[in-house]
Formats: sequence, structure tokens, C-alpha cells
Amino acid sequence: MTAQIRWTERIDAHAMKRLSPPGWLAATIARAAGRLSRRLGRGGGTTLPGLMLNRLRPQAIAEMASAVPNGVILLSGTNGKTTTARLVRAALDASGARVVANTAGSNLERGVATALLHAEDPDIALFEVDEAALGALVTQTRPRVVVLMNLFRDQLDRYGELEHLAQSWRAVVAELDPETTLVYNADDPAVAEVGAEHPNSVCYGIEDPFVGREHRSHAADNTDCRRCDAPLQYRMVTIGHLGRWECPSCGLTRPQPDVRATNVEFQGMDGQQLTISTPGEPDRGQTDRQTLEPYRGQTDRQTLEPYRGQTDRQTLEPYRGQTDRQTPEPDRGQTDRQTLEPIGVSVDVSLRLPGLPNTYNAVAAAAAALAVGLAPETIAEALGRRRAAFGRAEHIGVGEARVTTLLAKNPAGANENLHMVLNESHPLHLLILLNDRTADGQDVSWIWDVDYELLLDQDRLASVTLGGTRAHDLALRFRYAGADAARMAVVPEPAAALDTALQACGPTGRLYVLPTYTAMLDFRAVLANRGLVREFWEDQ
Amino acid sequence: MSTNGPVVRLGHLYPDHLNIYADRGNIAVFQRRLEWRGLALDVVEVGLGDEIPEDCNLYYLGGGQDRDQLMVAQDLVGKADSLRRAAEGGAAVLAVCGGYQLMGHSYVAANGEEMAGTALLDLETTAGTDRLIGDVVLSVDLDGATGTVVGYENHAGRTRLGSECAPLGRVHKGHGNNGEDGFEGAVSGRCVGTYLHGPLLPKNPWLADTVLRWALDHSGANIELEPLDDTLERSAHATAVARAGLKR
Repeated sequence: MTAQIRWTERIDAHAMKRLSPPGWLAATIARAAGRLSRRLGRGGGTTLPGLMLNRLRPQAIAEMASAVPNGVILLSGTNGKTTTARLVRAALDASGARVVANTAGSNLERGVATALLHAEDPDIALFEVDEAALGALVTQTRPRVVVLMNLFRDQLDRYGELEHLAQSWRAVVAELDPETTLVYNADDPAVAEVGAEHPNSVCYGIEDPFVGREHRSHAADNTDCRRCDAPLQYRMVTIGHLGRWECPSCGLTRPQPDVRATNVEFQGMDGQQLTISTPGEPDRGQTDRQTLEPYRGQTDRQTLEPYRGQTDRQTLEPYRGQTDRQTPEPDRGQTDRQTLEPIGVSVDVSLRLPGLPNTYNAVAAAAAALAVGLAPETIAEALGRRRAAFGRAEHIGVGEARVTTLLAKNPAGANENLHMVLNESHPLHLLILLNDRTADGQDVSWIWDVDYELLLDQDRLASVTLGGTRAHDLALRFRYAGADAARMAVVPEPAAALDTALQACGPTGRLYVLPTYTAMLDFRAVLANRGLVREFWEDQ
Repeated sequence: MSTNGPVVRLGHLYPDHLNIYADRGNIAVFQRRLEWRGLALDVVEVGLGDEIPEDCNLYYLGGGQDRDQLMVAQDLVGKADSLRRAAEGGAAVLAVCGGYQLMGHSYVAANGEEMAGTALLDLETTAGTDRLIGDVVLSVDLDGATGTVVGYENHAGRTRLGSECAPLGRVHKGHGNNGEDGFEGAVSGRCVGTYLHGPLLPKNPWLADTVLRWALDHSGANIELEPLDDTLERSAHATAVARAGLKR
């Protein structure tokens, strides 16, 4: 326990710096509650201290965030938040910055408050934020960078219609400080329409023509033009409604990405190779870059002085090893656009994360990291080191069997997981776990928007075990997809479901586990009970 | 699987815009439950700007986002006569959620804006300030059969029925049409409207078969629907009833 006590003393000292005396008292009470919760075995305390702190001192997040010298990065979207945050984190870590981040998916205000409360003298803050909590957190943290990733159909009972979420994001962007850099996904028409409104923005996308599909999946949303309501046309579809879109009626078109993924080569479940580049590179010759204004007005930040005039933190060296990038060369006799570092970079990345969703996550992370001035080489190397977040294409050995967990909580994510699994060469044994708790969405009708028929059309399904609190709904989904009853087992309880699935795949087989969020936590608990994984709050 | 038998023709209205609550699950149920009996379903998709064919035996409308539903309402208002003539001729109509609202006289949005409906059902809907969301269990009397119907509701609209149609069922759990009168859905002849999705039909196969029987009758085929092995359906239905804290 010695280490634990020392750690506590350290954070007390730092919290005092950032909070006023009443805030410090609130922080002390909140942290004590978290420790108590952990000691009582009530979980990791990833949200409780923040929840208490926000109650006791509503301005605590704003106070603590404003004291982070290099500012706050917020990242939001339906899918890929956790993985993308981990990738950005890796790049920041590699740069030598001390980062405060909300790990373990606690992405509401309470999770952000908890992370800040426990932070140890951070240089920069990085938070993944629930789509519906973005507005409140933008107001409180006054972020330096906001990353808007995607909007997919998700948990209608909780978030309401996609359209409403898009409107709330539009309001968030309208209120953004003009200094804030907005990083957004050009391939998502709903996000791009919102993102393009902001004067200081950087967009990203996938430019590789070979990764696309010809048709949108059934679950695609946002398929009408935001401006004129005509159906959008796609030259390439990547995921759901994402891709190279254009409106044949009014001419609204996907913006040219400032940061883009090309040369994507998938390597099964093990990862992928890709090139991340920005236009202006000599041999790619993109001269008509009028839409590109990524870092204009940001030149003062390139020197990486402490952000927002935190004069008491002058000794800080947040971006060690970045000295070669601290003095952009404005006098190459070119236009002002040439001062916009980094332009014309191209780096190859060996990503250890599979599939198209992770291509997007990687390019989003790279765009965010570039926006705070990290070197492309540092970013590329860091992205390549990062392993999957828990439950996201994570491989675990169970005896000699190999179990791969692919989290999905909405049709777009589930469809991508199916595509990844279908790219595997062997017969497929699946364990699908569907819960309907608050974090999963109580309305499970979304499973009917998932294209499970692909498994059956290609006759690739060797066995499927259906578990979770809504296992029976999955059973009907597969029955009406045309699955053979002999290949299906309905076992709601997760431990028993795992045993059934392992029996079906055999002692040296491969099992793919496709859980919703809380089902994934249940499944992890089963594995932890068997000594196979750590409990999640220990997992960084 | 033989599908040489009679064909039911289904008009799926606005599948690109009214599909938010997994409406294709309901279509899949119609299709499979016919195929498993050696019958077939022919689906005609009717989109914005298309004419509504009057020769279908069954019409389906699902739910959409507000923006999509408004686009559909504007398109549908000029074609309501086709749908009404088909229904008066004995074709079955199943309308879920937003589609249900479009079967009424009008929908009055929160800002007071009025959207005209098809008036196949004698009902009106007014937007409420909050949404009625959650699991629903109903008891339903339909076409001489009695049973429970389970589903999920998520709607801001408060629907009130006129005298020309009857409610689909009595609410045991959930909110129903308006959260006040204890009823859910509406029926008039062979036109059924309901807020229940989940989707509606997989866990309520007897309701699916009732609608299919109407459609087959309209097609002129003189066929009794054979019973199917509905073990999984019954088990999912019973689980939903039990989870609602109600005894089967």
C-alpha cells in the first residue's frame, strides 16, 4: 500500500495548485469516496469521485482544465472514441508530454472530472467525450482541439434521433472559440457539414479507392443532402454512410481531406499498413488546396509556449524532442499557406489494429496529433506501437483456443466487425452477447439493421452461440436471417455461453466474441474469474 | 424451400426514409413465414416520387426521423387516395410508429406546424414535450383471436382516437397512444397502426399471421396458414413478458 499512499499525497499537492480552497476540500472528499469504493470492491472508482466533485463544486472541471498548460483535446463521435483517444495518447506520450486522459470509457463529465482530479501535473489533457455531453464539456474545458469523428445510428432510446445529435453538434461548433482547432471527418456528410462552419478546421478522410464498397449498408443514415434534401451520391462507400459523397442536385461535396489515409493494406485481425499524408507533398502534387487552412493563425502555438498564458509553468517542456519543429520556416518565398506546418508530410504506419474503422481512428488520431504540433514521424511510430483497447479486437488465449473480442454497440460497428470476421479464412465460430442495460441501449431493435445475412449468404457460419440479457432477440434475428437451428445455441448467462461456444469451436479453434458494451464487461469478468485478463480499471 | 405457391404482394412504402426502428425485421417476418409454408412474398418498394400501386395485398409503413417523416408526409399527401382505395378493397395495412401517425388525419408538431396524414385511421397526433420510451406489453383482441403483444415504444407524439377506429390493445406495461387512456394502437378493418417496434412482428408471430391471413384472403388464395414451430418466438415473447414483471 506504500505506493498507493505516496501517489495520493502527490495528487493532493497538485490538486491544491489547481483548485481554490473550497475546491480543494471538495476534491479531497471526492477522492476519499473513490478510494473507499475501490476498497469496498465496488469497482474502480473511475466516475464516483468526479460525480461527487461536480456536485460539490460545479466549476471544478473548468478550474482544473484551465490550469493544464497545453490545453485540452476533446474527441467525440458514435464509434471509435476510445481507440482514437488511445492512439492520440500514444503520440503524446511519445513526445514526452505528461497526459491526463479519461481511460476506461468514462466519457461523461464525471469521468473527465475524475481524471483531472487524479492527474499528476499534466502538460496536456485528452478526453473522449460522449456525443451528448460534448456541449457541456466544450463550455467547461474551452478546448484547444475538438475532434468530431462520426455520427451513426445508435441507441435511439438514449440519444434520440441522429438528426437531433447533429443539430446539437452544430450548436457546439457555432459556440466554439475561433482559436479552437476543429478536426473533423470529411467522409461523414453530417459531420462535414457541421465542421465546415468553423473558421479554424482540419478535415481528414480515407483517400484509398480500393478500400471502398459499392453499396451502402442497410443501416446507412444521413444519406440525404443536408442542404437540399436530395439523395446523396457516393463514388465510394466506406462504412455506413461514410465515403466520398456528393450531392448531384446542389453540388455540396465532401471536402478534400487535409489529412488522409492512403495505401491501406489490411492484414487480417493483426492490423494494417497505411500511409498518412497531408497534401502539398511534391510527388503528390496537390496544388489547388484552397480549402486547406489547417494551422493558419496557429503559428504562435507552433512555438509550443504554454497555452493560454500560464506564466507559472514556463519551465515546462511539453513537447520534448520536438525542437526541430519549433521554428517553422516562413520565408521560403512562398505564400502564407506554406507556413502551415505540417504540410506535405507522408508517413507510413504499421497499425496493430484491424479493419476500416481503425483506418479512420488512425487518421483521426494523426490529424489531432498534428493539430497540437507533434512531428509526423513521432505520430507514425506511436500509432504503430499501440495495441487494441479492451474488447476492441483484443486477442486472448483460452487454453489453446484463441478468443478475439470485437465490441459493437450499433449497426455500423457490428457490420464492420462482421466484415472483418468474414475476411478470416477459417470456418467461423461466433459468440454474440447482447445486453440492454443503459450503456448498451434498452432498445435492441438495432440488431435487425445488422447484416448478419452476410454470414449465411457466404455459408461461413460454423456455429453461433447467442448470449446476454437479450439472447432470445438474437435467436429470432438469426432465425429470420435463415440460420440453421442446429448451428445455433441460446445461452443467456455469459460464463455458460462461453463454455458452449468454446465447445463448438474446439480446444484449438478460434472464437470471435461480439458483445455490446456491458456484455463485454460481463465477458471480461468471466475471463478475469478464470485468471485470463486483468480487471478493466487496472488496464491502461 | 419451395415457394411455388401463391404470392403475397407487399407495398413497402418509403423504405429509404421510414426504417429507423429496424422495420426490415417486420418485412423479414412476412417473407419467412410465407416461405416456410411454401408461399412467397413479392416486395414492391415505393419511394419518394413513386406512385403507390393499388394492387398490393399488404402495405407496410415504418418509422422515420422527424426530418424524413416530414419529407414522406409531403409526398404521401397527394397519393393517399391510392392507399385508401386499396385498403377499402380489402388490402391489409400495417403502420408502425411514424407510419402510424401518418395514417391519421394530422400530426401537430411542437411548434404548432400541422402535417396532414392519409386519414385511413380516425385519429390525430400532437407532439408532447417529452418522449414516451420503454418496453410495452399489451393484451390484444384481433380478428377473433386474443393474445399478448410485446414491443418497445419511443415517441413524442400523443395519439387520440376518434370513434371510427378501435384501439389495438390495452396497455399492461408502457405508455401506449398517449400515456393517459391506457390504450395502444388503432385498428379499422384491416388497417392496423401501432407505436410498437422492437421490431413488432418477430416476437408476436400470431399478429404477423393475422395480417398475412388478411393479405392472402385479399389475394384470392384460399389457404389456411399451417402452424409453424414457433418455439424461439414463444420463448422470446415469454422472456419479454417476464422481464416486464408480468405473468404470462
